[in-house]
Amino acid sequence: MTNPALLFLQDLTGGPELIDWEWLRENFWEDVVPAIQGHIFLSFVSVAIALAIALPVGILSARYRKAYPPVTFVTGILYSIPSLALFSILISLPGVALGPTPVIIALVAYSLLILIRNTVAGLDSVPPETIDAARGMGLTNRQILFRVELPLALPIIVAGIRIATVTIIGIATIGAYINGGGLGKLIFDGINRQFPTMIIAGAVLATALAIIADLLLLGLERYLRPWARARRA
Amino acid sequence: MISDLLGVFARPGFTTLLREHIVLSAVALLIAIAIALPVALLIRNTRVGAAIAINIGNVGRAVPSLAILALALPLLGIGFWSALVALAALAIPPILINASTGLREVDKGIIDAARGMGLSGGQILTGIQLPIAAPVIFAGIRTSAVQTVASATLATFIGAGGLGDLIVEGLQRRGPEILLAGAFSVALLAIITEIGFGVLERAFTPKGLKIAQKRRGR
Repeated sequence: MTNPALLFLQDLTGGPELIDWEWLRENFWEDVVPAIQGHIFLSFVSVAIALAIALPVGILSARYRKAYPPVTFVTGILYSIPSLALFSILISLPGVALGPTPVIIALVAYSLLILIRNTVAGLDSVPPETIDAARGMGLTNRQILFRVELPLALPIIVAGIRIATVTIIGIATIGAYINGGGLGKLIFDGINRQFPTMIIAGAVLATALAIIADLLLLGLERYLRPWARARRA
Repeated sequence: MISDLLGVFARPGFTTLLREHIVLSAVALLIAIAIALPVALLIRNTRVGAAIAINIGNVGRAVPSLAILALALPLLGIGFWSALVALAALAIPPILINASTGLREVDKGIIDAARGMGLSGGQILTGIQLPIAAPVIFAGIRTSAVQTVASATLATFIGAGGLGDLIVEGLQRRGPEILLAGAFSVALLAIITEIGFGVLERAFTPKGLKIAQKRRGR
């Protein structure tokens, strides 16, 4: 009698047909490492561009409240479009070819809602008395924004960056289908060649990348809340 | 171009793909609810259980949807059932996180008051904890629903059909009208799901909570 659960575990960890360690060793530098690099590149560039758009839009939305509902409506619709559909629509546009560009555009579109919402929430969380005090000390509006409001809002903004980054690392895998590169390429190649090793390598590495990014940004978030740390100590 | 697009919607295969997509998403969501809600209820009064559930949920949320679907291929094979298992697994984390935080965030004072009035544990759950947590629980189900409809598009890669088939066909045959027909129908389905569950969420918010929300200026 063999235990099916044990067999399954054996398949998962060491079964010759599921993970071909030989292949991994031989193709590590050629296939795996470039896929990781490509994935980090796609995610990093997308979050950076999204942040460059979301911060000003978020600050303006917090100032001019009337602009906020339409902004969340539009970015909310973008956010709910399934990624494979958004990729398809983008590559159908004239002048957009298969490759990393449409993937980055889509990833930026997905980050906007989260980043803008957290920027506004962060600015809202600054107590009005603090701003009054800053004004009483003679700070100009610009100084209040950059020296008081944004630093105090930063932990919540970073929390948004964290959610956006994890989301984007996941969606970026699908971008490989329209030649965006990254770890999704391993997954799709594995599916096409019916070679589980590549599927598992791509899936596990993409998950690991998302979890590592999550933990790093969580650390940053905590570090940026020195007052919370002081209270605990 | 527009007529080409409409031609794709008129194909006899289109309704089949649409039905596959909806059935796959709906059944996966129901399975996820059937697993996540009882677990959240069971652990609602234990601090350790809630911490474990939320951490598992957070890790689960970090796993890319394509990763889970692709992993189902070598482990469970091709077709509807492996896509169903993968999609259900993907739908669990948001429901689990929202349900257990929603139930835990019910004001302890309210529960104490209810206990003082002589309500039993079951009555407190159905009369107080569940109604107050309902909007948060529903928000979790809504997130899962939209995400499931989106991820079901990827089911095509493991041979489980759905509207993703149109996108793949459109890309491979370089048929832009097929590609766009697939993309638009999936996008529309996701947006309808988002709006529909938003309406449900509001319907399940108790009147008293709506008044409180309004007072807080939300």
